[in-house]
Amino acid sequence: MLDDLPILSMIAFLPLVGALVLLLVPQGRARLIRGMALAFTFAPLLAAVALYIAYEPLLGGEAFAEKLTWLSVPLNMEAGLSANGATSYRLLFDYRMGVDGISLPLVLLTGVVASMAALASVQIRKRWKLYYVLFLLLQTGMYGVFLARDLTVFFIFFEMTLIPMFFLIGIWGYFSRENAAKRFLVYNGLGSAVMLLAFLMLIATAGFSIEQTASGAALSFSGSYDVLAANLADPNAAANLNGSMFLSDSLKGAAFALLVVAFGIKLPLFPFHTWMLKVHTEAAPPVVMIHSGILLKMGAYGLLRFGAFLLPDQLRAWAPALAALGVVNIVYGAVLACVQKEFKLMLAYSSISHMGIVLLGIAALNETGFEGAIYQSVSHGLISALLFLIVGTLYERTGTTRIDELGGLASALPFTSGILLTAGLASLGLPGLSGFVGEFLSFLGLFDSYPWLVAVGVLGLLFSAVYVLRGVLGMTYGALPDRFAGLRDVRFVEALPMIALTALIVLLGVYPSLLTDAMAHGFDGALKLLQSAAGR
Amino acid sequence: MQTVVQTLTWHDTWYLAPEIVLAAFTIVLAILDLALPKRIGRNIIGWGALLGLIAAGVFVGWHIHDLSTWEEAGKEPFRNLLDGSYRVDDFGNLLKLVFLGATALIVLASLGTTRTDEIPIKGEFYYLVLPAVLGAMVMASSGDLITLFIGMELLGITSYVLVAARKSAGISGEAAFKYVVTGGTASAFVLYGMSFLYGMTGSTRLSGIGDAIGNAVAESPAMVYVAFFLLIVGFALKLALAPFHAWAPDVYQGAPTPVTSFLGVVAKGAAFAMLYRIFVNTALYAYADNTQLRDDLYLALKVLAAAAMLVGVAGALRQQNAKRLLALSGVANAGILLIPLALDVTNFHASLFSEFIYYLLAYVLMNAGAFAVVAVVARGAKSEELSGFAGLYHRAPWTAAAMTVLVCSLAGLPVTGGFFGKLFILFGTVQTKEYWLAAVLLASTVISYYVYFSFIRQMYLRGGESELPVTVPVPTGLVIWICAAATVAMGFLPKPILEWVDGLFSLTTDFFSR
Repeated sequence: MLDDLPILSMIAFLPLVGALVLLLVPQGRARLIRGMALAFTFAPLLAAVALYIAYEPLLGGEAFAEKLTWLSVPLNMEAGLSANGATSYRLLFDYRMGVDGISLPLVLLTGVVASMAALASVQIRKRWKLYYVLFLLLQTGMYGVFLARDLTVFFIFFEMTLIPMFFLIGIWGYFSRENAAKRFLVYNGLGSAVMLLAFLMLIATAGFSIEQTASGAALSFSGSYDVLAANLADPNAAANLNGSMFLSDSLKGAAFALLVVAFGIKLPLFPFHTWMLKVHTEAAPPVVMIHSGILLKMGAYGLLRFGAFLLPDQLRAWAPALAALGVVNIVYGAVLACVQKEFKLMLAYSSISHMGIVLLGIAALNETGFEGAIYQSVSHGLISALLFLIVGTLYERTGTTRIDELGGLASALPFTSGILLTAGLASLGLPGLSGFVGEFLSFLGLFDSYPWLVAVGVLGLLFSAVYVLRGVLGMTYGALPDRFAGLRDVRFVEALPMIALTALIVLLGVYPSLLTDAMAHGFDGALKLLQSAAGR
Repeated sequence: MQTVVQTLTWHDTWYLAPEIVLAAFTIVLAILDLALPKRIGRNIIGWGALLGLIAAGVFVGWHIHDLSTWEEAGKEPFRNLLDGSYRVDDFGNLLKLVFLGATALIVLASLGTTRTDEIPIKGEFYYLVLPAVLGAMVMASSGDLITLFIGMELLGITSYVLVAARKSAGISGEAAFKYVVTGGTASAFVLYGMSFLYGMTGSTRLSGIGDAIGNAVAESPAMVYVAFFLLIVGFALKLALAPFHAWAPDVYQGAPTPVTSFLGVVAKGAAFAMLYRIFVNTALYAYADNTQLRDDLYLALKVLAAAAMLVGVAGALRQQNAKRLLALSGVANAGILLIPLALDVTNFHASLFSEFIYYLLAYVLMNAGAFAVVAVVARGAKSEELSGFAGLYHRAPWTAAAMTVLVCSLAGLPVTGGFFGKLFILFGTVQTKEYWLAAVLLASTVISYYVYFSFIRQMYLRGGESELPVTVPVPTGLVIWICAAATVAMGFLPKPILEWVDGLFSLTTDFFSR
């Protein structure tokens, strides 16, 4: 059914169409704007669900792959190529989209979190039209990142998330929103610049192919993921032979290091994390839902897709370092989360801690670990989206999210407090909820190779019980301050996303094969490369 | 050696048609300005100038067409006039089109925004733009040091007058004075370098220099180095490359906004044309004989480019004045534009001209557009400070949207012409394995986000002092929208332009054929 439709492009570009349509709606029609924004947010989610149903793990995403020649830029051949029989020499930018077991769960996550954030956007009080236009643009960028199979197209989508996010933080955030937006821009700009350098290094060497045609040799550089992967694995490709396209081991190492930095900033990796603390505390809650729920996962995905899968030798060499960095993230985030007085900041540090687990999964170099990394990404996306949804609800009612100023909310806001407790338990990894599965798989994967690191990492999880319970119980138990006596519990529109997210967290906790089945075989190619890398 | 001096024939005038048209329009418009009674608005002179620019552009297009039919017929697609001192070839023609187009945009934009209290003698402003472009065109088409210098002076001297056109503002005069002094110094350096080149090779013809430079290097390399480094300093001054850029912010701020735009785009492009003519024709040609000279010179250019990019954006970080900010951004962009020329030409990398002209075109659009917006905003706010942009999103939403596109292009964000142009240059840099230069370019780009987003911060995140709508005059609005739309189009569809340029331009024919 889906074979004839360009379903991947539909998922990616429906929000963009929505943004363009919204531009035509007059500013004052708030209900209409909101309704249309919701429609264009739910449409790609439905398409993604349809994709999930139609997707067959054994076949992979071949059936859905899309390829269009977008640009083919001529390069000058006069300095020697045409004299040597070349007939064309081009720089190719293909529009390629694809889906597999790794991107499918993340696409679904994007759909779910974006839709819930759209529902939660009732909390937004000003400049609706601009807000929803940017919100939709951001979605196109996020879907595109997970679906693109060409380095340049990936980069463009990656950058496309940057500008809307800058505005979303800067216009609708709290007091020092401008500062947070600036920091977001500069750190992430740096990340993309580093990424672009690494990408171009790969395109200018591994992207080079020669095709013999009837009239002569057609030379081209391509950023297509498939071409790069094939050329890097082929010992006779120009990138692996000593010549002007040679990508030496040290250059490969440099490219991998650049990718670790680029995606590490997004993830965020320990020394590069300061920007995300600001964003977590200063941006509006629906925006943080997207940021913490999806944007951080782009780091994990990129590292896996372009670092690990393209350069398996380098991944193997870097694995101990990545695992160690992951443990540092886990422990550092958890310890600092324990001492925070501001609930949002506690959640930010908790995110750092949980994203460290993703790194452990990647460093495990086996299927269990990779599955754990993706599962943890999805699970953390859902949990942190839910937590920030609650933060928004609480702030709207109490005007504060400081743990020491709140207390006894269980009596005033029983429903919200119940959901908060569930989300907290999921966050600390209670079995039966989704957080447990991701952590378990990642640690299990790593246990084969680095049992000691696992031991240290698990210690970090002990802290997570401490800070989650301290935060959640501090806010919901005890005596209710008098000024909060008349608070009313959630409206229906707020309860809806809370229930949906909680249901998904429980569902993934008790029935992990919903995702792991889809992921099966997604890592086959990469694992084969890793094994051959180990054999050498 | 016996030299036969080739004189200008009637037939040759056809190949000089664009230049002749511009000269004729200049004279007619100048007389018209004198003859017309005072009560008639001088905008009519502006429309006349626009007409002249378009007419010249049509002739250039005609020449491009002629040359490509020659190529199909198997004839070499260039024409030497006056014994090779003036060349009509695709390199020159393409650049002439860019210069004429850019000037037309600038003139059109200024028709809406120039105020009589700012530029009292408007007619003068319009008819002086034409000889300035003429100078730029002569520079693009020269095959001889003397012709190059004449073009440069024609452009230079008219721009000194143009900078001073804001007669009521003190800073305009100051700017003009600074520009005269630095411009004169630059000319002196260039001329000094040229005289050394002539002395060493016995020829002012670029082709002659190229042929003789190998021997000259063998005889006394020091003199050749002196010649080229003097030239580099002169051009760096003209292009405002760091560390020779200190004059640029003052001059750009003091000059009337359309003139600033002209200096940033056309004057810079013309200096690059001259740099290409001299360096590719002589230094690159000497490649086979002496790689040392070439490597040293091109390393100097790379260092200069890197310095300009970093100093430009770093200086722009703290700027509160829109024109000074754009001036320093121009310093950084001149650095970027210099990169293609400075890269090695290898078997696999020879696309220097495509890289250069694509970014130049993107830069023309974003610069002309951004200055048009600055002019509109400054007219409303009565100041050229960044704070004049505050709340523009509420006061003129569509202009704010167009400015956002232009700013994204300046910052190199996708999907804009600036993004693609930078990507293309960056690819060349990585291809020749100049990773350090690529890193500098990227670092300066990241810093530049911070710089350019200060416009966006003002427009969207701040409330203005007044919430009055900003009126955008029709011609200026047209220019803003042409620039914004073309910028987006250049991001999505660079292929037709690059395909066209690649089909026309040829390193061997345009530079090395005699």
